[in-house]
Amino acid sequence: MSAVSAQSGPAASGAASGVGPSAASGVGPSAGQRLGSFADRWLLKVFTVGAITYLMIPIVVMIVFSFNDPVGKFNFVWAKFSLDAWMTPLNRPGLADALRISIFVAIVGTFFATILGTLIALALVRYRFRARNAANLFIFIPMATPEIVLGASLLSIFVATATLEPFKSIIPKGIFYPLGLPTIIIAHVMFNISYVVVTVKARIQGFDRHLEEAAMDLGANEWTTFWKVTFPLIRPGIIAAALLAFSLSIDDFIVTNFTSGLVSTFPVWVWGTIRNNLPPQVHVIGTAIFLVAVGGVAISTFLQSRGGKTVAIRPR
Amino acid sequence: MKRSLRPSRRAIPYLLMAPGMLWLVLFFVVPNIQMLVFSLSEGTLRTGFKTPPSVFDLENYSGSLVKFAGNFANSIVFGGLATMLCFLIGYPLAYAIAFRGGRWKNLLLFLVIAPFFTSFLIRTISWRIILGNDGPFLSIVRDFLGLVPANFSILGTPLAVVGGLTYQFLPFMVLPLYVSIEKVDRRLIEAAQDLYAGPWRRGGLIAGAIGGALLMVALQFGLGYASLAGEGPGPTPALISGIMGAVIGGAIGSTLISQSFIRVTFPLSLPGVFAASILTFIPSIGDYVNAQLLGSPKTQMIGNVIQSRFLAQNDYPTAAALAFLLMAGILVAIAMYARALGTEELTGGTA
Repeated sequence: MSAVSAQSGPAASGAASGVGPSAASGVGPSAGQRLGSFADRWLLKVFTVGAITYLMIPIVVMIVFSFNDPVGKFNFVWAKFSLDAWMTPLNRPGLADALRISIFVAIVGTFFATILGTLIALALVRYRFRARNAANLFIFIPMATPEIVLGASLLSIFVATATLEPFKSIIPKGIFYPLGLPTIIIAHVMFNISYVVVTVKARIQGFDRHLEEAAMDLGANEWTTFWKVTFPLIRPGIIAAALLAFSLSIDDFIVTNFTSGLVSTFPVWVWGTIRNNLPPQVHVIGTAIFLVAVGGVAISTFLQSRGGKTVAIRPR
Repeated sequence: MKRSLRPSRRAIPYLLMAPGMLWLVLFFVVPNIQMLVFSLSEGTLRTGFKTPPSVFDLENYSGSLVKFAGNFANSIVFGGLATMLCFLIGYPLAYAIAFRGGRWKNLLLFLVIAPFFTSFLIRTISWRIILGNDGPFLSIVRDFLGLVPANFSILGTPLAVVGGLTYQFLPFMVLPLYVSIEKVDRRLIEAAQDLYAGPWRRGGLIAGAIGGALLMVALQFGLGYASLAGEGPGPTPALISGIMGAVIGGAIGSTLISQSFIRVTFPLSLPGVFAASILTFIPSIGDYVNAQLLGSPKTQMIGNVIQSRFLAQNDYPTAAALAFLLMAGILVAIAMYARALGTEELTGGTA
């Protein structure tokens, strides 16, 4: 027992920051205490590695199975290594269109959601006004609503515009029904607004108002102050929010399934195809999206660490 | 003169919020009102709808609640079990990242959200590959280790659905927990230790044993009930797994849990526990992808019924009523849960 704890001592001392183990504060640690701190240190580490591995397994499976040459129509069982799917990643009817629509929807939806959400976040953080608490609560509700309810309610209103009376005569035919690209984008902007608000709000919470006041004192008007001082400071938050919105949008299935009609995004296309077959191209596209997303996060982390430095050296 | 042309200062926040709020009203509030109207209507897309005030059909609610009681039960049991398992995996993980992460902290957090960079559907498909009858998991557990009989399969059982849900929503559990554990003031823990807070032997043993036993019995019944269609597991396997759970839980509770954790860290992280469980429970109870791809007709959840009623049968009144019943169920669950955890601590944390 003592040999084990001697081994665990130096290795763990670096990791245990701030939390003094009970063994260090006592006079002479009992065997039980030593067992406790040993278990505490190593079991938690083993558990963490295990849990992270669990989270990674399906990603590894996706990447591995993009190199599979499946027997039969479904890429569910490993057969043999092949680069075929990677050489012809879009060689499936409808797949290229679905991917194009996914990217288009994500870009357009992110653009509008980021603008609308950032404006709300600015209002909520920078101004004290009567409806502020109510607005905060209202922003939270769509995030706490299951996606299936968001999708189902949007489908209800879109169908109602074509079938029920108050709407039927007011709203011109073809905007909301039949469903299509416009309805998908409307839905994506809707569910992304709240996420943008929350993300931008978190980043601009510690914003120093004195910088704006200084700019105004030096003769800048409100417009100039916003673009020269406010916007550069909150830009990292806006970029983070846009990236989050983009990734939620490109991955969304449930809401899109309800609002897409005959148009397919990539996830809707996968859902449709899996009834009849599952080509390895699905895994290739999935892997490609994963790699692009990881790259995007790496870049944004880099940009934000730079943005963070600018804020940190501001004069007090 | 110039001043009168500009909006008064008080109007600025309202003007900033107007476009986004208008969007949410038009495409979140109004649609839900329309769905409420549909839920009280009669007819289908093909036959046309009779809407209130000409009809006021509450039968949609009572009838579908009876007819789809099994699917509601599946949703609540699977969603509840998945949330519990997410908590058991997520709390130690969040604790480890917050307190022991050191220089690995950012990397670990990145790995926790990495699943979000792949498609939700593809992650579920991956589990179908892993758990399949010719997949890697059974080839190890069944063929290599011989732990289960040759005709054993996981796909199509509640275990597969709960496993899939647990995986999908684990990051929703870990992130809020991490945020709240990270906020706990370390000086309070040191103070507790200075005041002779040591290991929590007897309490940990008892609490761990009770918790472990309850969890194992809940899992046993929860996973067994749908696959056996009403038979339920006999008392013997439930007793055995209960005892197993008690032994494991007691061992973990008495060796790993310290008094400073149970009296300081855990209570201070309760707001995070509340937020995290809700964020996990809501999407898992409404999900239909996992039940579709990993389950069988017996494991269909209420989401499967809602989506097929809306998208395949165009039976909007029933589907809309089911969607509202789902929302009502979630609100009741949250209210009960908030009361159980103690509202004072929660409002203190969220304010």
